[in-house]
Amino acid sequence: MTPDIDRRDRLSLTWRDPPGWWGFLTTVDHKRIAARYIVTALLLLFLAGMLALDMRWQLSWAENRRMGPQLYNESFSLHGSTMLFLVSVPAMEAMALWLVPLMLGQRNMAFPRLGAFSYWLYLGGVLTLWVAHALDITPDLGWFEYPPLSGPNYAPGHRADIWAQMITFTEVAALCASVNVAATILKMRPPGMTLARMPVFLWAMLVASLMTILSMPAIMLVTSMLIADRLVSTHFFAPAAHGDVLLFQHLFWFFGHPEVYIIFIPATGFVSSIVETFARRRLFGHHVLVLAILAIGCLAFGLWVHHMFAVGLPRLGNDFYTAASMAIAVPAGLQIFCWVATIATGRPWLATPMLWVLGFVVTFVLGGLSGVMTASAALDLQLTDSYFVVAHFHYVLVGGAMFPLFGAFCYWYPKATGRLMSERWGRIAFFLIVGGFNLGFAPMHLLGLLGMPRRVYTYPAGMGWEGLNRVATLGSAIAMTGGLVFVTNALLSYWRGARAGADPWGSSTLEWAGESPSPPWNLPYTPVVDSLTPLWNAPVLRVMDGIAVERREVLVTSVVDAAPLYRQKSASPSIWPFVAALAVTAMFLGSIFTPWAIVAGALPIAAALTGWFWPQRARATTGPLRVRS
Amino acid sequence: MSARLLVAYLLLIGCAGTQSTLDPGGDQAGALFSLFALTMWVCGAIYTVVAAGLGWALWQAWRRRGVDARGDGDVTHRTDRRLTRLLPFVAGTIVLGLTVLITASFFADRALFATRAAPALEVRVTGHQWWWRVEYRDPASGGWIETANELHLPQGQTVRLALGAADVIHSFWVPNVAGKLDMIPGRTNLLDITARRAGWYRGQCAEFCGMQHAHMALAVKVEPPAAFRAWLAAQAAPAGAAAGRGAMVFATACAACHAIRGTGAGGRAGPDLTHVAGRRTLAAGTLTMTRGNLQGWITQPQAIKPGTSMPAVPLTPADADAVAGYLAGLQ
Repeated sequence: MTPDIDRRDRLSLTWRDPPGWWGFLTTVDHKRIAARYIVTALLLLFLAGMLALDMRWQLSWAENRRMGPQLYNESFSLHGSTMLFLVSVPAMEAMALWLVPLMLGQRNMAFPRLGAFSYWLYLGGVLTLWVAHALDITPDLGWFEYPPLSGPNYAPGHRADIWAQMITFTEVAALCASVNVAATILKMRPPGMTLARMPVFLWAMLVASLMTILSMPAIMLVTSMLIADRLVSTHFFAPAAHGDVLLFQHLFWFFGHPEVYIIFIPATGFVSSIVETFARRRLFGHHVLVLAILAIGCLAFGLWVHHMFAVGLPRLGNDFYTAASMAIAVPAGLQIFCWVATIATGRPWLATPMLWVLGFVVTFVLGGLSGVMTASAALDLQLTDSYFVVAHFHYVLVGGAMFPLFGAFCYWYPKATGRLMSERWGRIAFFLIVGGFNLGFAPMHLLGLLGMPRRVYTYPAGMGWEGLNRVATLGSAIAMTGGLVFVTNALLSYWRGARAGADPWGSSTLEWAGESPSPPWNLPYTPVVDSLTPLWNAPVLRVMDGIAVERREVLVTSVVDAAPLYRQKSASPSIWPFVAALAVTAMFLGSIFTPWAIVAGALPIAAALTGWFWPQRARATTGPLRVRS
Repeated sequence: MSARLLVAYLLLIGCAGTQSTLDPGGDQAGALFSLFALTMWVCGAIYTVVAAGLGWALWQAWRRRGVDARGDGDVTHRTDRRLTRLLPFVAGTIVLGLTVLITASFFADRALFATRAAPALEVRVTGHQWWWRVEYRDPASGGWIETANELHLPQGQTVRLALGAADVIHSFWVPNVAGKLDMIPGRTNLLDITARRAGWYRGQCAEFCGMQHAHMALAVKVEPPAAFRAWLAAQAAPAGAAAGRGAMVFATACAACHAIRGTGAGGRAGPDLTHVAGRRTLAAGTLTMTRGNLQGWITQPQAIKPGTSMPAVPLTPADADAVAGYLAGLQ
């Protein structure tokens, strides 16, 4: 799909960003925005990883004096909040933001400015938490701050408010990103890509986005109630005034459990893409994989109580949640079977992305099985809030989501940068990270069974925990070293890697049809699709004509059949998303200190939104749409 | 049988302990340990199958190297038909395994929370930041006998614990005896436990409850019923007649927060100290109970347990010494 020079020039003129800083602040290019997300998330992954190492150091000796209780509590709170709210979820959204338009052969997302807004707001959340940390007002009550501990009586100062508002930031950002992704996937698929011909990756991103839209409001509600308790003396969670502390837990986990799958489901999309490419055959069980993702997406909303088995809720209800939680193993097991079957009947090429998939299967299945153990309402009474659970969720989140993410990073790196990462250093990083991780976290299962609770800054000598803790520290340090090798490899390859060309892996999906790195306008023509693996089936990809080149235009198609409906003007670069995010940031930060900030802060937001949506010109009306070969 | 083998193995590598789920000393922990062993076997079998499947897949693929299966070849279609026939077996096997586990979990749960008609003893345990108030129902008078940070249990008898919290959420966990149950302000959770093996165990708060969550331990002693009754009778008795400088200093400097039954000291904010010297640990498991530690704790609580509600009361060395001596005599 090589355009003539003239078309290329005209597209570049239409889709380019203004130069310099103004362009940096005003861009609505989904690839630039996604790159910012990824870089920010990687930086935070490093910082939160260093916190983890520090905590591991502290726990390597009984009664260690490296950290006092306050510093330790701040460290695990910052580590958990950062990893869950500021690394895992945004990294998955970033991958969607980057790849969805490319995989659809579109020029941009459905709502380009909303994409820019979501990043700036996410950055606001990042800065809120980490600038607060620099100013020594770090939240210190964990990544879920249960009242009454986080209520006005037991958490004076603003640490808990910082945490609650950081959540509000990231949740608004996540909602914006999810609405954008869902609308793009549903309404902007290329002609011929019916729902039945949609790659698993897009299904995964669609389901994760819908789950975000359905679950995030619960946590925004609950953190807002917490802030109201703290700021204007409501009594939602005050037992003395007939408030209920368990309401917080229900609402938190109604979001918190789907969140795990909001992180995991995109990872299954990465794995599916990588397995298909590197097994060098069409994915076995496409329909099974899609149905499994849908099943997990639905079940995820029916099992939040398994985080609350020790709370003392009615036992019969708990048994229902046991069954629902274990039921997740059915679709997850079928997914694993489909991937393994694809590998078995293909001709695998064990390049680094594929290694990460193997690491994922070996590690994630362990996490899934320890999940089956904690899903038992009875057995969980011994396991919950112990190091067993720490081991379990790290196996699921790191093994189940981060390993596929690293694999996806290696896989799509050539598309993003035009260069290949070093395979040798990639393999070294892989073995260090996967080996170190397993060495570090496997002993924690045993530590939990030996009675070590989580979130303790120290423990007395003679508990039999020291040896295992030291092994855990050693493993974490090895994994961290591997992480540094991985990042160094990515940085060096950016300048020194071999040129990748359009499609270095011989992949099947549309993002590989155009040049690497993708130009601002993505593909020169709108592709027309007639199978699940368009680049493998047609010798030459058919394309569609009729989308304007002189204006920013995208194609809107129907939800089920992806039949062309109309051409839609695509937003041009604008400073308003940045201004709006600044206004929202000011309101959120102000509301930590006074409720009046919500009133006063609404005015600048209204002004920014007015500027953002100021009518510009009517919808484009030129020439008919037609398909050509 | 398999459970016993597992225990033997774990004992070998030193996993038996006073705060371990793997070394049950009571009915509830025993039931949970059996459930754990069963779950381990089922999950271990599943993992073995998956790992073997992945190994087999890689080996198959290695044999087939050189064949590019991109595009919709006939070969792919034929193998896919065969693989599709396997899907129901895969799903069926998983469902079977899960059914075993769900059923076992259900019955274990029933057994743990079956209501017993008349427990031999009622005990109220209340979580505080960061210590435990423990109150026994006096079988003779029906009143409550208060102590702190130490739970005594009659061997072989079922005890009903009424778990509550005075400030934030805590969680009661003595792994050798039973699974955990949260202690929630505004609610009372009931936990029936039956300890079988005499000896000392250690429990620890299992829900993050603030700065000193790590130093909120509970010493648990399981003893024969007769010894337990004698101990409880001793706890019910007020402290011996107080005289001397230590008692005087205590009355002015400590009595606002701490109670010593039989004296004028009646504070409720901190632990009851009527028989404090008879306890095994000090400050909820932070220190062992010695006269020296008592004095250190009185003079420098914030250095030993930063954040504790116990203030560093400004006492002259002589006064501190006198109070420590007085408390050390409260057996």
